[in-house]
Amino acid sequence: MVMAADSQFHVLAVDDSLIDRKLIERLLKTSSYQVTTVDSGSKALEFLGLIQEHQPTNFKSSSNSSFSSPNNHHQEVEVNLIITDYCMPGMTGFDLLKKVKESTSLRNIPVVIMSSENVPSRINRCLEEGAEEFFLKPVRLCDVNKLKPHMMKTKVKEDQNREEGEEESRTETELKLVQEEEGEIEFEMMSKKRKGGTEEEEEEGLEEEMRRRRRRYNNNGVATAI
Amino acid sequence: MEVGLMQRQWVDYTKSLFLEDFLDSQFIELQKLQDEGNPDFIVEVVSLFFEDSERLLNDLTAAFDQPDVDFQKVDGHVHQLKGSSSSIGAQRVKNVCIAMRSFCEEQNIDGCLRCLQQLKQETCLVKNKLENLFRMEQQIVAAGGSIPSTELIF
Repeated sequence: MVMAADSQFHVLAVDDSLIDRKLIERLLKTSSYQVTTVDSGSKALEFLGLIQEHQPTNFKSSSNSSFSSPNNHHQEVEVNLIITDYCMPGMTGFDLLKKVKESTSLRNIPVVIMSSENVPSRINRCLEEGAEEFFLKPVRLCDVNKLKPHMMKTKVKEDQNREEGEEESRTETELKLVQEEEGEIEFEMMSKKRKGGTEEEEEEGLEEEMRRRRRRYNNNGVATAI
Repeated sequence: MEVGLMQRQWVDYTKSLFLEDFLDSQFIELQKLQDEGNPDFIVEVVSLFFEDSERLLNDLTAAFDQPDVDFQKVDGHVHQLKGSSSSIGAQRVKNVCIAMRSFCEEQNIDGCLRCLQQLKQETCLVKNKLENLFRMEQQIVAAGGSIPSTELIF
């Protein structure tokens, strides 16, 4: 597995604040990801091809791939992870998360929620609804370093889905395969030099679920190839 | 002026901005994201912050000119300003926002107005401070020097 080619990962960043879009875009690009930013949840769904677009929207994308208007539920541009602000006018990040997880074509895309407010009930609600991580804003490099394992997991899933030719819920065999694959990834990543791992912050008010996730990705979440 | 002296002055000035709480560690995070490929990242983000804060302060002033203050709307504006100030590390602005939001919750108009006045002052102050800092950086670069790393001066 080649770890250096991170630009193969495409992240869709959703935030209504222009400053925060600039910031998250820079953070992700510094980590060598391909980034598309949109300013609302509905534009995110439009980009993902989940809703019909009414007016052409210009998406700010670092990729050269042209975004053609999708008219079905099929994703035109591959997105490996969605990172979204929680508090946005209209569709919130939580609404977006639910829409993604309810969609059979999108539910495998990992979703990460960002919020400036440390509200434990909100954090739990997002994690219960299937969010992979909850970052407190302002998001820092040490947070972005935690994204990779989630994307690796999806890649594995996608490969399996492609083999089976159909997107269905994971069977036990698939789960086992994913776990084996994760083990491999972890091993590879652990052998990389730790980077940015010193600022591991323990935010107050995070429940056990969050800590469990942290621990799970503690070793491989910090390896970033640039 | 000699480059070494300009660099020392820059270091002292930067230190004072952190010691006087104008800036916090988030500003160092921004510096980590600025590189040869993006030499103007901080100036860009900081400019966006000042455009944003000017708009929000005008909206807030207008909100308190109404006979019936819409505290929900006020809270929304302050929430935005709190977010953008914390994103650039403008700590004193952020702290006033936090105070103003609790006055908002109490629907305390006097408290809110005092905070609004402070927000105007603090935004103006940090703007001047950052403009000075950027000017010093331009002079160092123009003289052929490089900007020291903020992480190393603490």
